Amino acid sequence: MSFAAGDSATKQSAGNAITPEDIIAAGKKAPEDVATYALYLGDDALMLAQRLGHWISRAPEMEEDVALANIAQDQLGHARFLLSYAGSAWDKTEDDLAYFRDEDEFYSTRIVEQENGDFAQTIARQLIFAIYQYELFTRLMDSADETLASVAAKAVKEVTYHLDHAAQWTLRLGDGTEESHRRMQAGLYYMWPYVDELFNDDDLLRDLADRGIAVLPSTLRESFDRRIEPIIEQATLTQPDVPGAWGGDRSGNFSEQRGHILTEMQVLARQFPGVTW
Amino acid sequence: MSTTSIHSDVAVADIEEERAGQERFDQIIAEDSRIEPRDWMPEGYRKTLVRQISQHAHSEIIGMQPEANWITRAPSLKRKMILMAKVQDEAGHGLYLYSAAETLGTSREEMVQQLLSGKAKYSSIFNYPARSWADVGAIGWLVDGAAIQNQVPLCRASYAPYGRAMVRICKEESFHQRQGWEILYELSNGTPEQKQMAQDAVNRFYGPALQMFGPPDDNSPNSQQSMAWNIKRFSNDELRQRFVDMIVPQAQALGLTLPDPDLKWNEERGHYDFGELDWDEFMSVIKGRGPCSVQRMQHRRAAHDNGAWVREAAAAYAEKQARRQQDAADAHLIGA
Repeated sequence: MSFAAGDSATKQSAGNAITPEDIIAAGKKAPEDVATYALYLGDDALMLAQRLGHWISRAPEMEEDVALANIAQDQLGHARFLLSYAGSAWDKTEDDLAYFRDEDEFYSTRIVEQENGDFAQTIARQLIFAIYQYELFTRLMDSADETLASVAAKAVKEVTYHLDHAAQWTLRLGDGTEESHRRMQAGLYYMWPYVDELFNDDDLLRDLADRGIAVLPSTLRESFDRRIEPIIEQATLTQPDVPGAWGGDRSGNFSEQRGHILTEMQVLARQFPGVTW
Repeated sequence: MSTTSIHSDVAVADIEEERAGQERFDQIIAEDSRIEPRDWMPEGYRKTLVRQISQHAHSEIIGMQPEANWITRAPSLKRKMILMAKVQDEAGHGLYLYSAAETLGTSREEMVQQLLSGKAKYSSIFNYPARSWADVGAIGWLVDGAAIQNQVPLCRASYAPYGRAMVRICKEESFHQRQGWEILYELSNGTPEQKQMAQDAVNRFYGPALQMFGPPDDNSPNSQQSMAWNIKRFSNDELRQRFVDMIVPQAQALGLTLPDPDLKWNEERGHYDFGELDWDEFMSVIKGRGPCSVQRMQHRRAAHDNGAWVREAAAAYAEKQARRQQDAADAHLIGA
């Protein structure tokens, strides 16, 4: 088995330099609206980490076990950072928020909750979400909220790698064999209904964006399209002609997969509430 | 000159070369120095190393499964992060070790095929289930602990690429053992239910962990030759004894007991005595009767088989890219 020389799809990113413990040590208390925004972003990262973590030991190549574990850890790192910051508003820890909120209290988008499917479906989600996160964090680096700006500055380096990884695989699967082409196209088709909601605004976002704290999602759409189109085209794939799924703001239109993710993730913590691990 | 005499000249030259090679090899071993991939080495030495290193690589890869089983359920985000990093390290160790073995002339593909076909073995400890969160701790503390005991001396193995791979692996393994110990420490200092969970895990992993050093010395046919070749530095029983001596005080610090009524300090020997291990169980598990033997193999085969189309796609893409570059270069030449 050989990949094209020089463009490894599995090189590693820098890892997690800033820890949630740093956030707590800094003693900053997030205002409630900023904390809710941190949950928007943190819950996405948490769900994605949970999905990607499932791949470890099941990847199509051992190098890919390493790569997906790496991306999962980066996402979990973002989640820990953002949930810790959010928790400061309500005197809650990252674990209180991850393990002891119910389904309807999370804010994640439906795309990160979707099933892994085959490797192509996972890569389709990675491509879409990495481009979205890349555009988001690039802009969030200028946030008026110092903590969010610092998490974005760190995250953007990692997400640059995630995007490269997803783009490299999209090219290989799209322009590989007939079978891989078919699967990659199907993966995009499966995920595409959940693209639109990444760019939905709401009142909280508009208010925070007005104050220079949040990035207004709708303003990212154009650069998202500009970035994803040439990758899809170069991979000899077509952008799916499928309408965006109805619903999908962050106020409660969540996927039916969320319950399964949380059931698995929270089972042990909820069996022993209040203990340390 | 007849063809027969040419052949016999070649044969004589081969014998000469082999004799000189063997002499140099013996000298390197006698000086306790290192063999590099290009050095002449006896076939038996090469085969022993390929078998040992690839078994070790397979163990890392299969060994990902019991712990990966807990990634999605890890009870705190910090533990989830550490566990993902650990299982990722195991994939990395597998990869270094396959590379080290490849320097001996056997391809990774061939070694992987031997694993998937069931011809090659891996450490039988991974055929036990990781049923509770405490098992993740017990695997770190006891299984990785035993692995370190085995592997630290391998950093000085006479085959240099193996030794070098082991240096890096041992550093990471000691982090793995610490995280296992920390999990058990938190549990045994937690609620009575948590402590019970920890004790139950230690009870189940203690015996199989001690068996990781292999059969007793009087029943370990390959050990002597490996020691003569400076691959193995200490016998199975010596390593097992060191391990027991190490974990007894650690278990006391954890506030947990080890499930062995014969375990007691022997003043005269300066070591802990311990009871006979269940070697029938060990042999059964090695022969494929482990609680998860079939499951582990099926999981690995499924990952491999489900990934076949991905690997084919990557190879097809690489070929297409090479052809395109060639076409572009040709077009450039014609244009010029």
